[in-house]
Amino acid sequence: MKFINYIEKVSGVDIYGLVSLLIFVVFFTAMLTWVFRADKKKIKEMSEIPLH
Amino acid sequence: MQVEKFYYDNKIVRAFGYATVIFAIVGMLAGLWVAIQFYAPAASLNLAPTTFGRLRPLHTNAIIFAFVGNCIFTGVYYSLQRLCKTRMFSDKLSWIHFWGWQAIIASAAVTLLLGYTTGKEYAELEWPIDVAITIVWVIFGINLFGTILKRREKHLYVAIWFYIATWVTVAMLHIVNSFEIPVSLFKSYSWYAGVQDALVQWWYGHNAVAFFLTTPILGLMYYFLPKAANRPVYSYRLSIIHFWALIFLYIWAGPHHLLYTSLPDWAQSLGTVFSIMLIAPSWGGMLNGLFTLRGAWDKVREDPVLKFMVVAITCYGMATFEGPMLSLKSVNAISHFTDWTIAHVHIGGLGWNGFMAFAMLYYLVPKMWGTNLYSKKLATNHFWLGTIGIILYAVPLYWAGFTQSVMWKSFTPEGQLKFQFLETVTNIIPMYITRSVGGTLYLAGAVLMSYNLYKTIKQGKFIPNEEAQAPPLIKIPKPKREYWHRLLERKPVTMLVLSLIVVAIGGLIELVPTFLVKSNIPTIASVKPYTPLELQGRDIYVREGCYTCHSQMIRPFRDEVARYGEYSKAGEFVYDHPFQWGSKRTGPDLAREGGKYPDSWHYNHMYDPRSMSPGSIMPQYVWLLDNKLDTSSTGAKIRAMKTLGVPYPEGYDKIANIDLMKQADSIATNLKKDKIESPGDAEIIALIAYLQRIGKDIKAEQKPAVTIK
Repeated sequence: MKFINYIEKVSGVDIYGLVSLLIFVVFFTAMLTWVFRADKKKIKEMSEIPLH
Repeated sequence: MQVEKFYYDNKIVRAFGYATVIFAIVGMLAGLWVAIQFYAPAASLNLAPTTFGRLRPLHTNAIIFAFVGNCIFTGVYYSLQRLCKTRMFSDKLSWIHFWGWQAIIASAAVTLLLGYTTGKEYAELEWPIDVAITIVWVIFGINLFGTILKRREKHLYVAIWFYIATWVTVAMLHIVNSFEIPVSLFKSYSWYAGVQDALVQWWYGHNAVAFFLTTPILGLMYYFLPKAANRPVYSYRLSIIHFWALIFLYIWAGPHHLLYTSLPDWAQSLGTVFSIMLIAPSWGGMLNGLFTLRGAWDKVREDPVLKFMVVAITCYGMATFEGPMLSLKSVNAISHFTDWTIAHVHIGGLGWNGFMAFAMLYYLVPKMWGTNLYSKKLATNHFWLGTIGIILYAVPLYWAGFTQSVMWKSFTPEGQLKFQFLETVTNIIPMYITRSVGGTLYLAGAVLMSYNLYKTIKQGKFIPNEEAQAPPLIKIPKPKREYWHRLLERKPVTMLVLSLIVVAIGGLIELVPTFLVKSNIPTIASVKPYTPLELQGRDIYVREGCYTCHSQMIRPFRDEVARYGEYSKAGEFVYDHPFQWGSKRTGPDLAREGGKYPDSWHYNHMYDPRSMSPGSIMPQYVWLLDNKLDTSSTGAKIRAMKTLGVPYPEGYDKIANIDLMKQADSIATNLKKDKIESPGDAEIIALIAYLQRIGKDIKAEQKPAVTIK
């Protein structure tokens, strides 16, 4: 039997998939946006923490 | 601003460091011992505690939790103080953590050798030790977060994120996988059964690799590599992406350990997809590490610390490329249950974990004793011994795995299996010998290191409290444009919660449907609970660690069905607490063992496997013939099983021993017919009862004429 056949028997199961996909996409988009927009000086400062 | 003076605690780092070296040697010795048993079965000494089935869990637990565990704590206690510019939160907690962890290791060593085991790989320790692990882990957590909260550095460096994710995920994995019902002080049954137990176990097992052997070591890499190379990491941006992508994806990949098994297909596919995606963050991390050394390769030629790190990171890259390849079903069909897997994990274990630990120790000891390394030359020799050791270990095992798998799958033109199982084993014995030579070289390298470090310590003077200075952290009013992530990486508790959410999602989506949806495990009417004697026999099977060499999972392949019988169905395992599918076939699969041989065959085979199968490498189990079966536990075991939902009749626990005796007597009578005198209460009788039962229930299904009581 296919995945969907098992899954649709759990009541309200679609919410699982939707919510996790949403968290995944939102989280990664936000993270990537931050990473690429972040201030160069700040990044440099953070990367040098172990050295001093 | 007033600069504050404070001291780093080096004593706790030293203690964990010593423990790392000691358990490296102990764990490797145990590994070498079991490796020798592959071609010299007499090396089991015919003693229960030193047979493969008990020593192998000791080896894996010693390496993972004692050697790598202590290595993690050494690195965390050293780097965390310096990254946070503060002493550890509480010296007292540090020492409770240290002695608690060593006590757990000591009790693990004793109990595993005595045969107290849950029978779940890498989670073999029995429930009282599980509880102790939880307590010590919480103490470590308090100390970790306490230190982070009182830091003098505004930002949390990426290494600390890896430590936080490690802490929270290991806590979650350990608790979920260790749900068990105690039967006595040192015996428990897994809460889950069969397919569900397998899924939870490999969700745990895979993530033990991810969050005990990988993320904390990556944290150490992000600290010690810039330190040793004296330059910041290649790309800090990449390290952020590396972190989140890695912890997000890793947690889903567990089911790739169960490809072609009775696990529902959707879960297997999920595991494969996420395993493939894992290449991206893993290689991102590896490249980030290697690129840190760009333009500094001349230093690598000079510095043993960097040498070890370069090979470690390369091995990390190789293992994390190979892992996703092995989780492709077509590759897995060849590699699974063979030595290929063993080779794969040792690229990670010897290469990544071992070499990172050595690099860290070579860096730390001269620093903490205020001196230089005693001998760079010895360290370089160690490096070469280790590297050649890894190659000599892994290459023969890849060869062995591939060869054996192809032999298993070979048919004659007439359509018969071409090779007996035993032929496929004896054929690869030379590879087993070479592997143990590789292991010996690697161990010799570690001994060399111990001597080198000892000499370094002798020539230096230990700095128990290292002085440092930093301005205190003062609350600055929020700047106008504060990005959310920067806010986040300053807030350890938010970080903790977020990592937990991220790792819990994968776990939930995998585990929940398997538990909720009944049709995931179609029930088979003819599958009945074990009889009391079989249950006792099964516990002996678990105690002796039979699962370390024998699988109980026939995959739906032509050769496996021809060799072992009908392929395994999910519904056959509903009373198996714990599941015993195994992960390696050093011996043949036992899923349809019941009824294949007469009772007397099993009796003689346990006494001396070579009398029944000349050339077999199985150890002798002579004590099973003499040991008296402890029937006083039967009632408690039946009650525990009833609690777990196994449908024994009401009050059966009180009369179970009557049935047990009846069945034992009939087996003893059977043996007598073959001129074997055995007392009915010997352990061997129970084990025979279990072996004769495995996989038989489903055969009744095919005869619909038989009425089922």
